Amino acid sequence: MEKLLEVKNLEVSFQTYGGEVQAVRGVSFHLNKGETLAIVGESGSGKSVTSQTIMRLIPTPPGRIKNGQIIFNGEDLVKKTDKEMEAIRGKDIGMIFQDPMTSLNPTMKVGHQIMEVLTKHLKMDKSAAKERAIELLRLVGIPMPEKRVNQYPHEFSGGMRQRAMIAVALASNPKLLIADEPTTALDVTIQAQILELMKDLQKKTGTSIIFITHDLGVVANVADRVAVMYAGKIVEMGTVDEIFYDPRHPYTWGLLASMPSLDSDDKSELAAIPGSPPDLTNPPKGDGFAPRNPYAMKIDFELEPPMFKISDTHYAATWLLHPDAPKVEPPEAVKKRLRKLSSNYPQPIIVKESE
Amino acid sequence: MAEKQKLIEVKNLKQHFNVGHGQVVKAVDGVTFDIYKGETLGLVGESGCGKSTTGRTIIGLYEATSGEVLFNGVSVHGKKSSKELKTLKRKMQMIFQDPYASLNPRMTVADIIAEGIDIHGLAKTKEERMKRVYELLETVGLNREHANRYPHEFSGGQRQRIGIARALAVEPEFIIADEPISALDVSIQAQVVNLMKRLQREKGLTYLFIAHDLSMVKYISDRIGVMYFGRMVELAEAEELYRNPIHPYTKALLSAIPLPDPETERVRRRTIYDPSQHNYKEGEVLEFREITPGHFVLCSEEEYKKYKEIYS
Repeated sequence: MEKLLEVKNLEVSFQTYGGEVQAVRGVSFHLNKGETLAIVGESGSGKSVTSQTIMRLIPTPPGRIKNGQIIFNGEDLVKKTDKEMEAIRGKDIGMIFQDPMTSLNPTMKVGHQIMEVLTKHLKMDKSAAKERAIELLRLVGIPMPEKRVNQYPHEFSGGMRQRAMIAVALASNPKLLIADEPTTALDVTIQAQILELMKDLQKKTGTSIIFITHDLGVVANVADRVAVMYAGKIVEMGTVDEIFYDPRHPYTWGLLASMPSLDSDDKSELAAIPGSPPDLTNPPKGDGFAPRNPYAMKIDFELEPPMFKISDTHYAATWLLHPDAPKVEPPEAVKKRLRKLSSNYPQPIIVKESE
Repeated sequence: MAEKQKLIEVKNLKQHFNVGHGQVVKAVDGVTFDIYKGETLGLVGESGCGKSTTGRTIIGLYEATSGEVLFNGVSVHGKKSSKELKTLKRKMQMIFQDPYASLNPRMTVADIIAEGIDIHGLAKTKEERMKRVYELLETVGLNREHANRYPHEFSGGQRQRIGIARALAVEPEFIIADEPISALDVSIQAQVVNLMKRLQREKGLTYLFIAHDLSMVKYISDRIGVMYFGRMVELAEAEELYRNPIHPYTKALLSAIPLPDPETERVRRRTIYDPSQHNYKEGEVLEFREITPGHFVLCSEEEYKKYKEIYS
């Protein structure tokens, strides 16, 4: 499969009064054409910073890309000047934000905000742009687009605004769409509509999507592959089936076990992950998850675990996969999910740095 | 459960807001339900359906437009002496959604928690007051060193614990939790829900749990009410509601929840609710009727007969 985006060993930090916050600490992943990668993690895990760095939306200073490459379409975005980025941002890469009220301009008609993309990036003239804007609004499922195109964001409901945002992001047929918690602020029924819309549009346009969320239900619904982030690192990555049916990292176990299941009547206590995420001004030595990890071994507090490869597509960074590690049982709620996947290697393999 | 004692009785509660230009928003439009002692009633629905307004009216933050709310047989609304009001307010407390906006940033944690203790004169001496604060902090999983800090020094989950400690300070019988976990991370949500369940067991609290995360509501609630446009459309025991939803809106709502299981997600079919599908005739009366024991649905006489046939 053809790679559209490849992020290599990305490190981003912010200079604050309290010291340097290492928000992203060596993240590597790739995205194929036409696929959806979900990035999961809690607030502060670096998932939003990663995606904003791809768009080069990190304010510098205080932010700084310390290391790494972002290869998009064969070019390294890290080396681009702000001027060069302007031609890519909004054209080849579109973005949808969590809060549609603050990301649409309240003083501009919705139609105008879509037309702006078309006239600027695709050099359309005004009347053609308006035609296309109406078409786009219809495409994202807004009724009476001829009337809606002349309305302001405040005249739209939350779900409608998010649709308008999607129309803006898709106006220039971007190759990559970054959706940062696009449905978190919406009701479940509206969320379902937006997810269906995004999948439908992806089928039609072949756009690749990076979908950032903390809702594992949404992940199961939209993703082809999943990356789980914790404390500025990817701790596990694999296809959606590998993550949900054969998770290996204790943090992924914790996430899956802490959610009550809708179809079980089990009322026993939820397996909460104790404690709270680490402070990234002083990132912990060793495995960032170790202090909250009931399975942590002595080595977790001293040495950072390497990436282990469980199958061609499944990676996890935990010492538990080391041949010398003791066999442990995942939590009960996770054990119920486990399945034997045929694509797994007989033994997990340590991945060398260069890969 | 044999004899269930009613703690809260909500009778045909209406809350209309005048928004000017002669327009009235009927946020809550005739809601009737009871909450039994020691149970958790979940209230779900989309934003704007009136679930938060219902909670706020029950506790008396709004004066009801019409209808009644009885707490232990005593009406919450209407004229009361300040003494009566004080005793009533002590028994009902609220936990809010936003742990950032609901704590006064200029007060220390000790003062925030002890405010209720001071108002109701529950501590005779300074030492007793602080002792209570320390106890409460430990109850909610914080420690006594936190008492002299300010809210900004805490994370969202810790702040929500402070909010819970504040609610517990006056030893209430009934707590309204309005989306208490929506603003928290997944890994922290479970901690707060576990804490709330433990407190309920230990102190025999009664909860009204308002939320839109249906899987969490199902987990914590004994019974669940579904609201749609200011009315309650269905009320049943949690398991029953999920297994046998009757009202088409409940069915649509349940079918929209994405589950953390890729295989079921691939084949999931969503049902869509269209209010016109009922085809109500002119003059048909919609009432809350009991289809199977303890399972109520808002329906017309005709639908009632139909549901009765199918489900019982």
